[in-house]
Amino acid sequence: MSRRGGPAEVNAGSMADIAFLLLIFFLVTTTIETDAGLDRMLPPIEPPTEEPPVIKEKNIFTVNINRNGQLLVEDELTDIKGLREKAKAFLDNGGAPSGSPEYCSYCKGKRLSESSDNPAKAIISLKNDRETKYGTYITVQNELVGAYNDLRNREAQRLFKRDFTDMESEYLNPETEASRKEDLKEKVKRIQDLFPQKLSEAETGSSN
Amino acid sequence: MSKFAKKKDAGLPAVNTASLPDIVFMLLFFFMTVTVMKDNSLKVENTLPNASETKKLEKKDRVIYIYVGEPTSQYKAQFGEEARIQLNDKFSSPNEVGDYILQERAKKPQELQNVLTTALKVDKNANMGLISDIKQQLREVNALKVNYTTYDGDAFNNLQ
Repeated sequence: MSRRGGPAEVNAGSMADIAFLLLIFFLVTTTIETDAGLDRMLPPIEPPTEEPPVIKEKNIFTVNINRNGQLLVEDELTDIKGLREKAKAFLDNGGAPSGSPEYCSYCKGKRLSESSDNPAKAIISLKNDRETKYGTYITVQNELVGAYNDLRNREAQRLFKRDFTDMESEYLNPETEASRKEDLKEKVKRIQDLFPQKLSEAETGSSN
Repeated sequence: MSKFAKKKDAGLPAVNTASLPDIVFMLLFFFMTVTVMKDNSLKVENTLPNASETKKLEKKDRVIYIYVGEPTSQYKAQFGEEARIQLNDKFSSPNEVGDYILQERAKKPQELQNVLTTALKVDKNANMGLISDIKQQLREVNALKVNYTTYDGDAFNNLQ
């Protein structure tokens, strides 16, 4: 044999292919998942002795979902697609007359006297049946949160030339620097005060 | 002739690829260590509903998960067709939720115990009755911050 210089080297050229195969397998099968969803606060349990606060009928926007997923909004059968507009009209109404302490200077609604006085007073009350599908419930929640977000975005655009949802997600992002957070915190708080989220959920009934 | 005469047919020398496997292995190990495998197996159907106004659930260490849905096919015979609650790795009844939250809360570091969020991963075909029971339990143990985990998408898809 004319071969010199010891045994032949093992060809390692295909090693890269094998490693790539493994790499791609891991890339495909693992998901770096960040969960997203609707954040809500549950009402704390009140001491039973306490009298419930008196709220004017016109400041409450009632939404009822029955077991078939139909909506009764302010005693009117409504399609779920119209819910957001109705909720926005209610929240943005600003019915208190100008000059009164409850007057809403930034509201662009119709200022009807039979609807809400002021966004800070307006309460949305959501009631559902035990047989209601969870999907329907989430859709309704989504539309109501969407109504708040639309109005908040409008005010944020007017005051800070930026969307509220955008500011809030930057504020909540843990990677944002502390100095920026301080600044954003104030702005977010200010917009939240203009349209505070007052979404009350009655305990579920099984009657209707 | 001379020592510096150009060699003719040598061409470009091949690039040495011997270190390529090392680079790729490095990437592989990076991904293997960074990604987290799912820590508990689901025993319930879990098709989440869609929503568009979502917020990201940052900081996984302050989240407690509750799964709700119909038992998957292999558990159907034992646990029936009705939607059930899954806590950690077992099916539970609604009145165990409160204890579970307290237990999980005690496991977390002291400074996080007041900022915990409960993520409800509920199948979209579940009934609200069960969810109401869970919510009542959560209120009783004062775990008021909840997140209805959803997929991103058009919320009206849920109605079909």
